[in-house]
Formats: sequence, C-alpha cells, structure tokens
Amino acid sequence: MRQLAVPLFAIILFLLFWEMLVWVNGWPNYKMASPSDLWPAFWRFKWLFFTFGWETLWRTVLGLIIAIIVGVLLGMVMGFSKVVREGLYPLLVGFNAIPKATVVPIVALMFVGQHDLNTVLIAFMISFFPIAVSVSIGLSTLEPEYRDILRALGASKFTIFWKIALPKTLPEFFGALKVAVTLAFIGTNLMEIVSPHGRGLGALFDSGKTNSDYPLMFAVLIALAILGIALYYVVVFLERIFAGWAERQAD
Amino acid sequence: MTVRKNTGLIRIENVSHTFNTDTGVLPVLDDLTLSVPKNGFTAIVGPSGCGKSTVTRLVAGLLKPDKGTVWLQGQKVNTPRDIVGMAFQNPVLLEWRTILQNVMLPLEIVPNAMSSAEREARAQDLLKLVGLSGFEQKRPSELSGGMRQRASLCRALVHRPEVLILDEPFGALDAFTREDLWQTMHRLREEEPFTGVLITHDLRESIFLADEVVVLSGRPATVQYCQKLKQRGPKSLDQLYTPEAIETLNILREQIKIARKDEEDKL
Repeated sequence: MRQLAVPLFAIILFLLFWEMLVWVNGWPNYKMASPSDLWPAFWRFKWLFFTFGWETLWRTVLGLIIAIIVGVLLGMVMGFSKVVREGLYPLLVGFNAIPKATVVPIVALMFVGQHDLNTVLIAFMISFFPIAVSVSIGLSTLEPEYRDILRALGASKFTIFWKIALPKTLPEFFGALKVAVTLAFIGTNLMEIVSPHGRGLGALFDSGKTNSDYPLMFAVLIALAILGIALYYVVVFLERIFAGWAERQAD
Repeated sequence: MTVRKNTGLIRIENVSHTFNTDTGVLPVLDDLTLSVPKNGFTAIVGPSGCGKSTVTRLVAGLLKPDKGTVWLQGQKVNTPRDIVGMAFQNPVLLEWRTILQNVMLPLEIVPNAMSSAEREARAQDLLKLVGLSGFEQKRPSELSGGMRQRASLCRALVHRPEVLILDEPFGALDAFTREDLWQTMHRLREEEPFTGVLITHDLRESIFLADEVVVLSGRPATVQYCQKLKQRGPKSLDQLYTPEAIETLNILREQIKIARKDEEDKL
C-alpha cells in the first residue's frame, strides 16, 4: 500500500507545483502549458494517442529486441576473444560517439518511405552499445577459478558459458538494459519527429508544433514518460525473475 | 603399459614447465618428480610464487607440462578428468544458486546414474558431515567465510573424486576458523577416503593434515625436501605442540629458509 501511495503522492505534489508555477508567473500556453491544459489536449486526440502510442511502443520494443540479440552476440564474441575485443572496441566506441540525431536524416534518405524500418533501425542503433559493452565486460572479467571448477571436471565450453558465465553476467546485462530502454525511446522519437508523414507519438508531437498546439506537445511528452516508465518496470520485473539473487546480495 | 615400481596414484615424473609472459619466458618447474600413494595426503609448501599452484593445475589436467609426464591411476594426464575435485582459496560459490545447488553442481557435469533425489541426498550427507545442516537453502552471501569454504569442500567431494586438490583453501580464514576446518578435513578423510594434495603456506597446517610434507625449492621449483610424518589419521590440536611436532616444524622452517635463499641466488 505504502509502496503505491508514496510515489502517487509525489506525482500529485509535482503536478500541483507545476500548476502553481505557471499560475503564479502568469505564463501563457505557448510558454509553458499547465497540467490542467493537458487533459483536454489528450481527450481531444485520445484515439490518436492510443494508435500512435502503440506504434511508438512496438517499434521501440522491436528495436530493443534486435539490440538485445545483436548486443549479446557482439558482447559474447568480444568477451571470449581478446583479438575481437581489441579490433571491435574502437569501431564501436566511434559508432556510439556519433550523435544519432545526425544519423537520422541519413537513414531516412537511405530507406525513403520505409518508416517502420527506419524507426526500428534507429531505436536499435542507439541502444545496442551499452548491452554489448556490459556483456563483454561481464564475460571477460570472469575470475579464472569460476571457469576452472567446471573445466577440471571436463565440462565443455558451452556448459561453462551456460552454467556460469551467462548467469554471472545477468546483473550487468539488466543494468545495461535499463539504460537501453530509455535510449531506444529517444531513437524511435527522433525518427518519428524528423521523418515526413511519420506516425507515432513523435509525429503527433511534430504536428502539435506545426499547429502551435502547445498543450498537445506537452501531453505527448507526458505520454512518452508514461510509456518509458511502463517499459522500464517491465525490465525491472524481468530482472527480479532472472537476476533477483544479485539484488539480495546488495542488502 | 609397462609396470612401474613407482606406483603412486598421482605421479609427477621429471616435469618441467615454463610460462610465456610479456616480459619473457618464466621457468616455474624444473625436473620435478613427486608421487602420492592411494589415499595418501601430501602437503606442498615452498616460497611464495614458486610454482605450487602450477603443480595443482598440472595434476588437474588444466595445464600440460612442457616436459615430463603426469600420471593419474596409471594413465597419462592430457585433459581434465572427472576423478579430480578442486577447492581454492576463493570458495567461488555461485551466488544465484543455494548452498545445496552449489554442492550438487559437479553432479550435473560428471556423467552419473544418480536420480535428482539421490543427488540431493548425497549433497545433504556431505553438508551434514561438515556441519552445514540447515543451511541448504541459504545463498552463499548469507554464510560466513568459513562456512563458504566448507560448502566449497563439499562441492569438491560430491562426485566422489579419487583425488582432492586443495590450493590454499584455508588461507583467507582467521586462525580459529582455520583450525576448525582442519578438523573437518580429518573427518572428511575418514568418511570419504581420497588421495589429497594440499598447497599451503602454513607449516602447522601441513603437518596437521598431511602424511608427507614436500618442500619445493625457489623458482624454478623442484623437490628440495620430503618429510614423512609418523602420526596418521585424526589428530587433535594438542599434538601440534608436542616436542616431536615442534622439531618437525623447525626442520621444515629451516628448509623453507634454504628454499628462499636458493631463489634469491637464482635471481
């Protein structure tokens, strides 16, 4: 009960503070919308919010799933082979250093009109890096004794990976996944905003901008925050199931 | 196969080994010959970094010697064999498993015909023997250092290995816990006969646990001195303070001094 009440109370307090700030300063809508403006803006376009929210969500999740697959595979080869790690690391760091906002128009041009593909691609590109790095570090820093207790019994490399290396890397993996979830949302929205005739919450935000409908823009921000929170807690839930042992250790 | 006179269960014959490091080649073992009879228990002592751990890795088949041969039960050791159990200074228990599941781990690797109930019973028996009854469902982080090391010993023995290799397993424990574990080792040896190799820095530990203490010379190591011990089987801690034991300790201490001097000369 308290677990639910405290965050709820904090949110209400935050909304009240926001409302008061706008009211005291006498800010007009185009400077800063107040929470009381948001609900009407949402209600007016509620069907667009639901359909576009769903579009944004599935593209983000798909991009994230691809990022997990590619990131884990990359992390595995980099974690097991020093040569691959030395070779790939500068490339990956360089790739990650490029601001993805600059990649968006390139991708948009490269696959003109393929809006779904573009969006999923950017969500993937922006979010696989932390996953690859965390898995590779988790695997390469495995103490040799852990390997030796199984190797001395004649266990195969795959058995050692499955029984020891993989579970031992899970806490790091979920830590990276929490970062990746947020990043993937940024990627999806970048593409949805930039891409002409786009769909998704990013496109709704963009049309709010072109129509000078500021409360709508703020309402999209809140909708994005809600989706982000939901996906984040899905990851937390999965973490509890698969790597809950690590949490208890921290107590 | 030719019948040999030297019939130890573990036989290390004229083994030399060299490591390649960034700064060049590092010879660690030089013409080392050593044998441990079936159900014997040999402690290996020597200066720090003289190659003691390399010996255990050779016996376990985790390393191949550059020269010479390691034999286990009359068979050449080329790859790891599941007749070996190992415990290290770091208990390396898996945090995501309970103590019971940790102990049962080797049974998931080593081919055996045991049902899961039998595996559990076997692990439970061992845990009882080392005084960890009631801790089966705990996580490793909930146990003290000494208890974790007890669990680690159980894991090393659960598949009934012929050979138990202990690489400074009690090195990180406080003096009282260590003495407790020495007595646990005697209990285990009585109930579960095995052939033991113990690497240690503690001379009292070596004479308390082993039938024979081998002093290695400085790096590259070879056997410098062997001390057979008269007393066998369970001992009480009092026996560490008899004039005889003190004399043995003095001899060994003297030998370690020679080994360290030898290493300085080699450098």
